[in-house]
This record gives sequence, structure tokens and C-alpha cells, in this order.
Amino acid sequence: MSQLIYNPFDMEVHPPRLSPDYKSTILRAPTKPLVLLKQSLAELSGPVFGDFNLGEFDHDLTKNSIKNGEPLGERIVVHGTVFNENGQPIPNTLIEIWQANSCGRYVHKVDQHDAPLDPNFLGAGRCMTDKNGNYKFYTIKPGAYPWGNHYNAWRPNHIHFSLFGANITNRLVTQMYFPGDPLLQYDPIFLGVPPKGRDLLISKFDLDATEPDFALGYRFDFVLRGHQTTPFEKI
Amino acid sequence: MLKQTPSQTVGPYFAYGLTPEQYLYDFKSLAQNELVSIDDNPITIKGKVFDGEGNVIPDAMLEIWDNQNNLFGRFGTGTEKDHSFVFKTAKPKPIGTNAPFLSVILFMRGQLIHSYTRIYFSDEENNDSDEALKLVPVERKNTLVAQKKENYYHFDIHMQGENETVFFDI
Repeated sequence: MSQLIYNPFDMEVHPPRLSPDYKSTILRAPTKPLVLLKQSLAELSGPVFGDFNLGEFDHDLTKNSIKNGEPLGERIVVHGTVFNENGQPIPNTLIEIWQANSCGRYVHKVDQHDAPLDPNFLGAGRCMTDKNGNYKFYTIKPGAYPWGNHYNAWRPNHIHFSLFGANITNRLVTQMYFPGDPLLQYDPIFLGVPPKGRDLLISKFDLDATEPDFALGYRFDFVLRGHQTTPFEKI
Repeated sequence: MLKQTPSQTVGPYFAYGLTPEQYLYDFKSLAQNELVSIDDNPITIKGKVFDGEGNVIPDAMLEIWDNQNNLFGRFGTGTEKDHSFVFKTAKPKPIGTNAPFLSVILFMRGQLIHSYTRIYFSDEENNDSDEALKLVPVERKNTLVAQKKENYYHFDIHMQGENETVFFDI
């Protein structure tokens, strides 16, 4: 049996573990060199959620938590394709989504930012890519919010994503930003990404995906680690 | 070749999206910390995640993957009183001269990219002949081995310091 070997994380685009301007990395980033592991079956497998029973409105954050009306804010539709580095689309892969509401407030109990919660917006969702690797979901554009990293620090508008891909080497947790956001140039989390990678985290406004009289469209593609064709020796 | 999408931190507010039922949010969880039913005689693995000053990290999220039994679990360190993580799962079996282990993926605020480690077990004979453990400097091997206690396995994760856990580049 031969298997694929997955490419390493491309450190030309991924942030380093220690990124001192993002202060929380200072006591939490591993300091010793990582031990290089030959990929074995444990790394070349992973959980499969193809049969996870998505709720009817899991892909629609404007509807999945309605209590007494519509959530407030600007409705958007976000879509794109999940690829690997080889350019192959990844079908039937799960995308988990979470974000702040339009005022920049998270439902999370730890978030103490003095901005209103929206009773009709949880800010969590999920969707699955189709057979061509495409996904789409509806939400409210998240607001910016202050945080304690440094004086007058504000996070740019962003949506959090979690993806699994083909196996655990492909695991990706990331954040999508919006074009033209003036806060990006000051954000140490975004700037933790090397210059070559930054544009890859900014969605593109998409007039073709914009739904008339309903929601603005944004496109954001994901690229997970690809593989070489070297055969893998089963151990 | 396309360029990989860069990683970003999971941040402090992941719970209602990734571990909603554990944190009592009204949204269905994808995965839990009890991976097998009580009838299957699960083992319990329990521990804490520590930062570089030895403080317990209360906003980490661990995922465990057992490819042998096709089991996946997820748990945040924000709900137990002492900020432990707890998993109840099956114990994998040794394969050949390799020792049984669980793969761990670790996320937290302050990690711009997740970390990979493994949980081995102190009561297993093959730990000395395990192919992956052989790659680890001898004095750091113990950071990957959960210690068997009376009714659970104890496994702490140290992000830094003298006992810094071995993290893998996979």
C-alpha cells in the first residue's frame, strides 16, 4: 500500500510560534525545537464528518439563533472553495464558523466588551463543502472590538474558521478579514503572518455573489497542505 | 502550487462555536470528551496545560485523535473548576514494536498556529522501542507519557520551561 506524504507547513506564509507583538505568545509559544516526525497512519488519518447531521440553519447565522426577530447588522454571504496546495478541491469537508456580532461583541461569557449582545445572533455556524469543494454561508458582518494587547488595541473585523481536511496534518484554524479594513495595519495577530501570507487572509468583495436587495457577497478560498507523490511505506 | 492559507489563533472566544455543549451554549457540539460509552470500560485521561510561568491555562482547547479506533474528542479547559481537561476514551493497543498513543492537537489564545503532541501511557512495555519516541531526546520522553494513577492517567502539558512538552513537526 502506498500513501501520500503531506507537505510541511509553509513557513513563508504561516506565523511563527513566538510573535512578541502579540503578547500572549510570549508565555505560550513552545521554545524548544519541534521534533520532526515521519508521517505515519496516525498523522495521515483524521476524523471524517461527512455524515455529521448539520442543523437546517447551521449554514445561516442570520437564522440559526432567532428568538424574537432578525439579528441586527449588515447581512453578508461568504463563499469560496477549499483546495489543497496541489489545486485539488476538497469535497465534503466540514467548516466551523464563529464570530462577534455586528457590534463587536461575542456571546462568549468571558467577553466583557461593553457593546450590546444581540438576542437573535449566536455567531456560530457550520457548513460542508459540496462535491466540488465549494461552500457558502450567510451571516452578519462582524464588528471590530477592543482588546487588551496594548493601548487602544482593536481587532479588525474578522470571522473565525476551523477546517479538518483529509487528515490531522491538514488541520487549520484561521481568521478571514475584510478588504480595506484600516485596522489590519495595527493588528499584531494579522501582522504575525509573514508579508507573503497576509493577502491570503483577506476576503474579496464579490459583486457576482452579492444577492440583490439581500446580502453583500465576499469570496474566501482556503488552501490546505498538499502532498507529494512519493509513495509512503506502510509501517 | 497554491499557497497555504495561513493559520491564525483560535482566540479566547472559541467555546460557543467549537465546544458549545460543554460550555452550555445552545448549539450542537461536533465532538465531546467522552469518546466511548461507559459500557466499553473507558480509560480517563486528565491533566492541565501550563504556561511559561507555571500558571494553568484556562482557555486552551485539546483535540485527541485515535486512528486505531477511529475516535475523535475535543475539550476546552474552561469548565472544570481547576481548569483541567478530561477525556474518557478507549486505550489503543500496541502495534508491532510500537507503543499505543493518542494524537493531540492543541489550540489556545497566544498560539498563532496549533501544536501537535502525543499521549503515551506509563504502563506500556513498548515505549522504549516506539519509533516516534526514539526520535525524542531521552530526557524529554517523560513529557509524552501519561502516568497511570489509581483510576486515571495523568498528563500535563507544559508550553515552556524545564518540563516543556515535546511538540512534533508533522
